[in-house]
Amino acid sequence: MLEAYPDNRLSRIFLWGFSALVMAFLMLPTLVVVPLSFSASNLLEFPPRAYSLRWYETFFGSATWMAALRTSLILGTLTAMVAVPLGLLACISINRLGGKAAVTIQGVLLTPSIVPGILLAIGLFFVLAAQRLVGTLFGVLVGHVVLAIPVACIVLLPALARFDWNQVQAARSLGANWARAIGGIIVPQLHISLLSATLMAFLTSLDESVISIFISSGRNSTMPKLMFLSLRDQIDPTIAAISTLWTAIVVAVVLIVTLRRKS
Amino acid sequence: MESLPITIDSVSKSYGTYVALDDVSLDIQAGEFLTLLGPSGSGKTTLLMALAGFVRPDSGKLLLGDRDITRLAPNKRDIGIVFQNYALFPHMNVLANVAYPLALRKMPKAEARRRALDTLARVKLEGLSERNIAALSGGQRQRVALARAIVFEPRVMLMDEPLSALDKNLRETMQYEIRRLHDDLGITTIYVTHDQREALIMSDRIAVMNSGRIQQIDTPQRIYDRPSTRFVAEFMGEANIVAPGLVRRIDGADASRATLMIRAESFHLDEKLVGRDGIALEGTLRAKAFRGENWLLTLALDGGGQEVLVCIPAALASGCGELATGQRVTAYAPAAKVHPLPETIA
Repeated sequence: MLEAYPDNRLSRIFLWGFSALVMAFLMLPTLVVVPLSFSASNLLEFPPRAYSLRWYETFFGSATWMAALRTSLILGTLTAMVAVPLGLLACISINRLGGKAAVTIQGVLLTPSIVPGILLAIGLFFVLAAQRLVGTLFGVLVGHVVLAIPVACIVLLPALARFDWNQVQAARSLGANWARAIGGIIVPQLHISLLSATLMAFLTSLDESVISIFISSGRNSTMPKLMFLSLRDQIDPTIAAISTLWTAIVVAVVLIVTLRRKS
Repeated sequence: MESLPITIDSVSKSYGTYVALDDVSLDIQAGEFLTLLGPSGSGKTTLLMALAGFVRPDSGKLLLGDRDITRLAPNKRDIGIVFQNYALFPHMNVLANVAYPLALRKMPKAEARRRALDTLARVKLEGLSERNIAALSGGQRQRVALARAIVFEPRVMLMDEPLSALDKNLRETMQYEIRRLHDDLGITTIYVTHDQREALIMSDRIAVMNSGRIQQIDTPQRIYDRPSTRFVAEFMGEANIVAPGLVRRIDGADASRATLMIRAESFHLDEKLVGRDGIALEGTLRAKAFRGENWLLTLALDGGGQEVLVCIPAALASGCGELATGQRVTAYAPAAKVHPLPETIA
């Protein structure tokens, strides 16, 4: 696309300058917490006057934070493990059904990503309360899976649209039941999209705060929930240390997956 | 390997208001090579997919031998299918593609490998077993698809326009090879094509389909020479449908009162090449074209101006080059090549 624009020094300087500005705008708010987290002060101050690792010590020394970290990682993994297979099956039916039925199902399936999170959380709270599931890990998992399925589907639907369905029919005619045809023919060929969908589902859960605030409690509190609560109750640089670690985890996961995909 | 007969008993299938199969009945004998021939939308692929188990008929029955398979899952039918686009598995190499149905049947690896390699040799693909699918030519892919469809010794083979993606020369080679493979294995085969030449060359019998119905089912020769409907006559080749009264008997006897089907290549320009009981058509030359092996003349018949195609082999057409448009021409056809169409034409 860029070839269509005049290629001279001035336009190139402008392009690079503009790109740098956008990068800075996107990255600075995230990066500003990094120096904050290494502050020696009891207050959030920028730039810090002295540096230390004391807030990291506080974080790793806190049983509450460690429990939340564990909960969030387990929840993210479980969410991906449940949402991606369900999403894949849903996308296969949408792909096979075609026509109005497919459009309707797709619409219903994608609503959780369109409805405001707070409404979804309130609704979920009442449904789960009736089942006595509020405060349980399972309850939060249900909420996160509901949110992660549309995310997985957005990745998987276009991949399935490009997939040659005759291959599945060929596999079926050669003696494969549905499970073997999906596992042996579709999954291996869609592995890159499935990996992306898994990552997105995992990050959706890891990032989610509203449902967690409503549904999770006590030992089942997630990291984002605890971060919100601690911001409300006390402001000290522990939260900056956690944010930095959190960003590092997400960046690491995305990098690993992206690099694996390239190789 | 035991091959089985197939019975298709009044099978219908509609999609909304579109009728894909309209009360189709057909018996295919064990070991027969039957072709479903028809234009696109005639229902031939729908019928094939119903046999394969991917289309569920609205009504009617499908029997494999004496077993009702109408509602049987595709993976339990033991039918080998060759798809139009081959549908090979690109994430597996040639050997793994061919061994796939054997692996599904839990055959020990060594035996599956041996069987797959034997089958690859049978379709002349020795030495390519470790290749990736992406590294194969169209013809090679076609052979892998064939090998994969026969390696598990299915009792029936279905082929959906398997040669349509190949160029002309390769297509002709593969026509003979598929037929030879069928004769070696003796496997009941249903072959779908829209190419009438391919159907004539390969089949024991041809079922011509149009608008979801079987128009005629017969041997290639009878389908070609003795079509039962105007559609079959015109689909199978250059057919002239001549209205009653435009034809004169050479011997002066009363000509048939039926509508006649005469193939373009049945005509001669020399009366002596046709018997006394032959027929003659008189008209004016509208157009002529040299097509290499023959000349194609277009005559406008006297009395109505109906156009008739006359095809004269180049070897017998020394005079054709000199014919001028507008000139009067008489075309003769032997009685054996004049076929009264059973169907009445409005």
